[in-house]
Amino acid sequence: MDSTQSKQSVSDDLMILNMGPQHPSTHGVIRFIITGDGEVMQRAVPHVGYLHRGIEKLAEGMPYPSFVPFTDRVDYLAAMFANHGYALAVERLLGLEVPRRAEYLRVIVSELNRIASHLIGVGAMAMDIGAFTPFLHGIREREKLNDIIEELCGARLTYNYVRVGGVAFDIPAGLDRKILSFLDTFEPLMEEFNRLITVNEILVKRCANVAIIDAETAKSYGLVGPNLRGSGVDWDLRRDLPYSAYPEFDFKVCVGRGVRGTLGDAYDRFVVRVEEMMESVKILRQALAGIPEGDIMAKVPRKLKPPKGEAYAAVESARGELGYHVISDGKDKPYRVKIRAGSFTATSIIEHASKGLMIADLVVLIASLDVIAPEIDR
Amino acid sequence: MGDFFEYLKSEWSFASAHPELAFAILVIGYGILMIGFFAAFAGPVTWIERRVAGRMQCRIGPNRVGPQGFLQWLADGMKNFLKEDLIPNDADRILFRLAVYPVFAGVFLTFVVLPFGPWIVGADLDVGIVYLLAVTALVVTGIIMSGWASNSKWALLGGIRSAAQMVSYEVAAGMALLTAIIPGGSLSLQGIIEHQGGWPWQWLVFFSPATFVAFFVYFVASLAEGNRTPFDLPEAESELVSGYNTEYSGMRFLFFAFAEWGNLYVIGAVITAVFLGGWRIPGVDLATQTNNLWLQLLGAAIFIAKASILVSVTIWLRWTLPRLRVDQLMMMCWKYFVPIGIGLVVFSLVWQLVAAAVPTWVTGAVSVLLTLAGAALVAGMFWRAWYNIRSGKDTPVYKWLI
Amino acid sequence: MTFEETVARLQEKFGDAVEGADERDAGRPGLLLGVYVRPEAVVDVCRYLHDTPELAFEQLSCITGTDFQDHIQLAYVMMSYAHREVMAVKVKLDRDEPSVHTVEGIWATANWHEREVYDLLGVYFEGHSDLRRLLMPDDWVGHPLRKDYKEEPDYHGIPTTRDKALGKY
Repeated sequence: MDSTQSKQSVSDDLMILNMGPQHPSTHGVIRFIITGDGEVMQRAVPHVGYLHRGIEKLAEGMPYPSFVPFTDRVDYLAAMFANHGYALAVERLLGLEVPRRAEYLRVIVSELNRIASHLIGVGAMAMDIGAFTPFLHGIREREKLNDIIEELCGARLTYNYVRVGGVAFDIPAGLDRKILSFLDTFEPLMEEFNRLITVNEILVKRCANVAIIDAETAKSYGLVGPNLRGSGVDWDLRRDLPYSAYPEFDFKVCVGRGVRGTLGDAYDRFVVRVEEMMESVKILRQALAGIPEGDIMAKVPRKLKPPKGEAYAAVESARGELGYHVISDGKDKPYRVKIRAGSFTATSIIEHASKGLMIADLVVLIASLDVIAPEIDR
Repeated sequence: MGDFFEYLKSEWSFASAHPELAFAILVIGYGILMIGFFAAFAGPVTWIERRVAGRMQCRIGPNRVGPQGFLQWLADGMKNFLKEDLIPNDADRILFRLAVYPVFAGVFLTFVVLPFGPWIVGADLDVGIVYLLAVTALVVTGIIMSGWASNSKWALLGGIRSAAQMVSYEVAAGMALLTAIIPGGSLSLQGIIEHQGGWPWQWLVFFSPATFVAFFVYFVASLAEGNRTPFDLPEAESELVSGYNTEYSGMRFLFFAFAEWGNLYVIGAVITAVFLGGWRIPGVDLATQTNNLWLQLLGAAIFIAKASILVSVTIWLRWTLPRLRVDQLMMMCWKYFVPIGIGLVVFSLVWQLVAAAVPTWVTGAVSVLLTLAGAALVAGMFWRAWYNIRSGKDTPVYKWLI
Repeated sequence: MTFEETVARLQEKFGDAVEGADERDAGRPGLLLGVYVRPEAVVDVCRYLHDTPELAFEQLSCITGTDFQDHIQLAYVMMSYAHREVMAVKVKLDRDEPSVHTVEGIWATANWHEREVYDLLGVYFEGHSDLRRLLMPDDWVGHPLRKDYKEEPDYHGIPTTRDKALGKY
């Protein structure tokens, strides 16, 4: 037990519950100490660190290209983004320009990965609320995506695909047709998914007006990604601080509208993720249509020795801004790699947003923030 | 059993010679038959539930143990017998062990009044419906005992939630049943079934608009009684790790689950008996059915079939809908169902007065209209399903039996 | 407002406290540009950057603590939503007793970021509401991200080193 427990003045009728590190609901290994009287909580304090593997410290002991597989494990559901962020930071340190074909491939795999990650995000939220079926429908779609990406780079979850200077493998013949046929079947299936769960009255009642996070609080607590956009803030790194080939694509940034509830509630974050999946489909179609010929990897020396400097590169991952602050001192190993993850700040807002919620709502809050534990702890 | 026993006395000399002994044997035999039926229903229902759930979730479900996985429930039962019987250290040992029995007894004792045919019933109590409601309340004590005795805050939360839910929905269920009893005129289940007929427009559900609505109210309330989704908050896996039966393992745990699946049958059976015409066969009148053994068995088969349809609707709902939060659940009961229930009772009483004053063809016409409305609802659901299936472009082909 | 204009503004407003800024590198346009500030002035500079409408750095992306062997550097990487800018405020702290005032009052997210820096580098944040370890267990000894960090030989009886790589085998 934490030493701070003795500092809190716990009155007689407050119950301390432990939503322990292992729990079917929390998205990863996070522990919550909930103080409340029965159902209504006073606060839910998250205790993190169960997945701290010291990735940032490990980075200081290995050459720049060797760190890419470690970035996969920072956020295993959105591994392409993690790779991309690190590669972008090192490329900025080197002043390297990536070939256009590689940029397009990066965008394609990023958007495929965004769809895959959001399928789990909304599916897990539905499952926490009790609807087991939509999650499995999402997994079925994700299987098709996993197969596509496996054909591309050999891995289903931790890809190690986006490397410093480009990407690792080129699209094999016929894969773009497979992606297009997947997209053709994906849209009607999302219609069915929406009919099943997104407009389901019970889900709306569980999520609307629950865990409302207004825009100012969201910005102050550093929320990013769909969480921030669900609170009404129109910020998307792909459009506002563009990187890679995103300036060439036309897509809409999905912002919460307070549909079926208040702006910034859990339902808004749910709907933002569903809509983002459809936008990713649009980007994918454009990218597949316009992919140029060329190299997939720039001319990168075998031993990367970026000159001294600091670079901060952020990509718009499925969970928001995944930023890499890489400090180089001229040697072939990074001096410092700092990873800024969206789930870190999302977990920090749980204590603030959980005042007055019921325990069932806490589950909805955590699920709507789409928290992934490895990102918090690294 | 009384009528059957009278018939037996005429056929079997032993029965007329030693009536008490023969009656005791008959009753005990019926009890054993009911336990067998309970098990034989609960087990395969789990198989059907898991296969249907698998099909709905684009996966197969158990298909290894026995043909198409049919013996999975036997394997699960045997496995649970072999498991270690864990009792948490600080748990209240006596209550912990004892908690299972009220839950199981509460469900099983309802089988005494559930009829299968004119003579195939444990005991046709004059207060059958009241007995049903009373005995189902035993389950509440069992759940509170298990929640408390587990010495775990999560189990306690689950137990309290469940107790609150069941007690509240008893009221709503009682009101809905009362609505149907008023036209029937009798509290005994056999009496209500005898009052109905075989054809759909003779069923109590289509008797008046009040009973039509009461059917839905009772169905939802009995889902809540049985802790089924969308009301399975007490066992909400993602929040409470199985609620009141978190600390149970092995056969004790399975008994809770066993009672829940058996309760599915009870839900289906009570609704069938009260609303859907019970064991009445269309076109056959009461006397003919009572005198003919085969018609009695046919009636039993029809009863079980109607109950099974309702059970499959329950299963279907479980895998489609999310669950309600506990305060939304209670609000729905007390703010919506109970006032609606009271309104329905009053409407039903008024309808009785109206029906007495109005020529019979009017009530007959209302019944037929309601039957058509019910048929339209069912047909509409099937049409929508067919339309959705047809408009979905992706049709994966799986080779399954079910 | 470009980075150079921002630095000029800050120097104009805070004078000596602003020690200098990173130079732009034409060959590496993507580098993170930082302005070095004295530790005492960090809160005021950050508040100025947050509140001024022309700057409006509403998001604190992260606080990167780095152990350069003679000092500890904290880089407050911040983003401006309105003007689409990224910049960093860098602070050099004494390595033996690193301490700076918290910026929790400006961005609520600094609470957890500073806890992480405290945990991994040992920097003490004055005025922080709840400064305790975040990622490491509460009774951990040492600050892992320091360059001279050596693990304790055991933690609650679990040894942290092994003579042979495969343990007993």
